[in-house]
Amino acid sequence: MLKIKNYVMPTTMEEAYELNKKASSRILGGCGWIKMSKNPIGTAIDLSALGLDQIEEKEDCFVIGAMVSLRQLECHEGLNQMTQGAIRECVRHIVGVQFRNCATVGGSIFGRFGFSDVLTCFLALDTEVELYPSGRISLSEFVCQPKNREILTHIIIKKEPCEIVYLSQRNSATDFPVLACAVAWRNGRMMASVGARPMRAKVVVDETQLIQDYANEKECEQFAEMAAETLCFQSNMRASAEYRNYITKVLIKRACRIMAQRRNEQ
Amino acid sequence: MKLNVWLNGKKMQDEIEPGMMLLDYVRQKGCYSVKCGCETSNCGLCTVWLDEKPVLSCTVPAARVEGRRITTLEGLQEEAAEFGGFLADEGGEQCGFCSPGFIMNVLAMVRELDDPTEEEILEYLSGNLCRCSGYMSQLRAIKAFLAYKKGEHAV
Repeated sequence: MLKIKNYVMPTTMEEAYELNKKASSRILGGCGWIKMSKNPIGTAIDLSALGLDQIEEKEDCFVIGAMVSLRQLECHEGLNQMTQGAIRECVRHIVGVQFRNCATVGGSIFGRFGFSDVLTCFLALDTEVELYPSGRISLSEFVCQPKNREILTHIIIKKEPCEIVYLSQRNSATDFPVLACAVAWRNGRMMASVGARPMRAKVVVDETQLIQDYANEKECEQFAEMAAETLCFQSNMRASAEYRNYITKVLIKRACRIMAQRRNEQ
Repeated sequence: MKLNVWLNGKKMQDEIEPGMMLLDYVRQKGCYSVKCGCETSNCGLCTVWLDEKPVLSCTVPAARVEGRRITTLEGLQEEAAEFGGFLADEGGEQCGFCSPGFIMNVLAMVRELDDPTEEEILEYLSGNLCRCSGYMSQLRAIKAFLAYKKGEHAV
């Protein structure tokens, strides 16, 4: 059970930030993870009253509030049209609809969890995060930063021509992924974001352009081999490092094949 | 701390502990249909509606629902009994412990999805675990219920 001394719903970002300066304070996301913690919370800061539960479509980007639920991401037409359903695919296996109505995108991203499907998918897109008070940085930069007392307020996904496929491997439905993989063709270059290794997602970019055309299976195989060699994997109760390495190659090749199929169907 | 909510259409005002979860609050108010299963946000037994959307009450802090509308099975008795009949006809309730949470989610699905396919039904209900039925009897009950509802609306 959650042990909370004070529960506060701030009405300004500044108030939330001031409250969060104390080491015993915690920002609440969807609470799916934090409620499992045995550590007592001095001040629980609920961002629900700050209007961060909306997805705003702008001319050049989507601005996603930190309190947007995973279910909102799943059902958002514009986001899913831009990502060819990849965002929906990355969240639809997470537990169930009731859980996804609770879990927030801010909690998923700020936690930088190794098992995160959302982080894996968003890293393959041109994504930035808005932090209070310091401002915007790229998601890839944010992921490498140590956790501090700043507050994640928004996630910004830029609109740019991009082909993306999200795939994951699970031992059983609704479980954490054994491996999560988002493959994207951006600016004429392939990249793969691989998560649940079981460490947090990391991006491998095809810098040497092994893939000229993703319909070429041999080129895709070379890229998949390179990605699996570049990344490191570990074993845990769900799968061995060797298995994850193997599945990485399978999922990358499969994603390239899906991209090629989509192109043929157009 | 003070909590003001609408529970099954009735306005409530209570004093709660800051760390209290919604599951404990609704049970304290006599809504015993809401069951505590896994407490790890996985099983769906504690499903209630928060402003008409199904959520896991074991995962929502009670303080977060200030001013909002909570619905439990007790607030949907007529509809629940209607679907429960289909569940019983198909032998889908078995021990019955998961049934309240399951029924809450089925009724939410019926409101949210228009004429769902089998795949959509399975996906919507994947967060409701049942250790007795093997799910097939439940699926038959849902299909029969949806067909009945469709016929009802056609008339």
